[in-house]
Amino acid sequence: MERVGLYTKKVIEHFQNPHNMGKIKNPDGVGKVGNIVCGDVMWLYIKIGKDKEGREIINDIKFETYGCVAAIATSSVITDLVKGKPLEEALEFDRKEIIKELGGLPPVKIHCSVLATDALYEAIYDYLKKKKRKIPKKLLKAHQRIEKEKKEIEERYKEWIKLEEKMHQE
Amino acid sequence: MPKKNKKIYLDYAATTPVDPRVLKAMLPYFSVKFGNTMSLHSFGQEAKAALEESRAIVADLINAKPNEIIFTSSATESNNLALKGVAFANKNKGRHIIISQIEHACVRETAKWLETQGFEVTRIKVDEYGLVSSEDVKKAIKKETILVSIIHASNEIGTIQPIEEIGRICKERGVYFHTDAVQSLGKIPIDVTKMNIDLLTASSHKMYGPKGAACLFVREGVKIEPILHGGGHEFGLRSSTVNVAAIVGFAKACEICKKEMKKEAERLTKLRDKLIKGVLEKIPGSRLNGHPKMRLPNNANFSFKGVEGEAIVIQLDLLGIAGSTGSACASAKLEPSPILLAIGLKPEQAHGSLRLTLGRWTKEKDIEYVLKVLPKVIKNLRKISPFKKTWRE
Repeated sequence: MERVGLYTKKVIEHFQNPHNMGKIKNPDGVGKVGNIVCGDVMWLYIKIGKDKEGREIINDIKFETYGCVAAIATSSVITDLVKGKPLEEALEFDRKEIIKELGGLPPVKIHCSVLATDALYEAIYDYLKKKKRKIPKKLLKAHQRIEKEKKEIEERYKEWIKLEEKMHQE
Repeated sequence: MPKKNKKIYLDYAATTPVDPRVLKAMLPYFSVKFGNTMSLHSFGQEAKAALEESRAIVADLINAKPNEIIFTSSATESNNLALKGVAFANKNKGRHIIISQIEHACVRETAKWLETQGFEVTRIKVDEYGLVSSEDVKKAIKKETILVSIIHASNEIGTIQPIEEIGRICKERGVYFHTDAVQSLGKIPIDVTKMNIDLLTASSHKMYGPKGAACLFVREGVKIEPILHGGGHEFGLRSSTVNVAAIVGFAKACEICKKEMKKEAERLTKLRDKLIKGVLEKIPGSRLNGHPKMRLPNNANFSFKGVEGEAIVIQLDLLGIAGSTGSACASAKLEPSPILLAIGLKPEQAHGSLRLTLGRWTKEKDIEYVLKVLPKVIKNLRKISPFKKTWRE
């Protein structure tokens, strides 16, 4: 794929014009994750709807990301890839799809795709939990891992996160 | 750049283009005057004469004697030679070395390696501006101390250390003093005699000379061991066939700097201050890293809340501006700059850092362009960030 310096053209396109950027008012689920390695932070919002067959689908999805080019581009791509998808399919989402869609990422940036996928898992987890629904085993496991990693990031950005959450509510 | 180039290069601390005058001086030494300085015939002697002439020119810039200049291939090599060479030659006197927390990686890593070889290293803390206190150095010196190595000016934040003061202390205590002057030489005056410097590292490609040439000034009488053994080039301190063309270029670069330094420093200081003032005024949630006054004429280093540095650098690059960052996202190790952490920045402040370093071809309109586009870049990235409001607090 054509490159613009460090990244593929596709990465740069998403970075410069991210899709589904922003937040959703009264979201059905929110995934807030941070990367303990580099310090990037991603917030992902989902709104759940139903398709013709009555399956639950991701009706709307938006993100806010504090991070590098790759973090922003992976956020943008994952929203494209799962928007309109049934929840069940989204739960099986493989981060390799992000990398494929972007035409590759520098090896040192692969972890950014993990961050995006984790944000998606967390948003779905949040939705199911709010609905008091049964959490699939795989999702629960992912959630426990992410929670553990998140503590460190939250410690790092404690003041920001508190203030920002307050302001988001206003 | 020397030629017309639409892109604005503001990463002169990383490397500089070769000045056309330097390139012109070098050219004959590739194909016509190509001899080996060790050869007895006229080709060799011609090269040898150019080498010695270059040595005198480089020495002159720092007020040293020609035979005190050892040419090497890079500043990394010079710093390795200074630290390892002095450590091994003086280990019977003591095994203690002092460096600062804000040394370049090639000093930090060499010191770390020396620790595995039975040497003890003290790392002097810096204040919020990145300044080393000479009092702290004085207190850290003990009987076993053989070397103090403090960077003259920081490659990241541009802070200039009180090396004359530190040099005086080292002289009083009979300890060798080395300074890494890679970023400062050619930009601000250096006098090794007046400043009591025993060893000094300088690099050609940071001062409009070619890559592949650097030097270590070693004061006459300093006990030092070579790290490269062989044919005995460079007074036996650095065996290797001499890279004459690059060294001729290095010398020419020194000559030009000596002539133009004063005026150029004044010009760059004005542009730097315009840039700093403009950025701090136009961009809320921004701060200057490093000392407001005691800094290199060409260095500006900022942190922006709520945005990440690599994204800033890539976005600026797409707009035709080349800068750099100390963000973890931009480092191979995914760690924030240890220099920015040493001055007390929180990891998130280092995360949003941007270094712009000016140089010989930076024009006022370049700074104006940066001041026009950078606020928009930060604003747009903040729109994407979940921390888009916090910086207002």
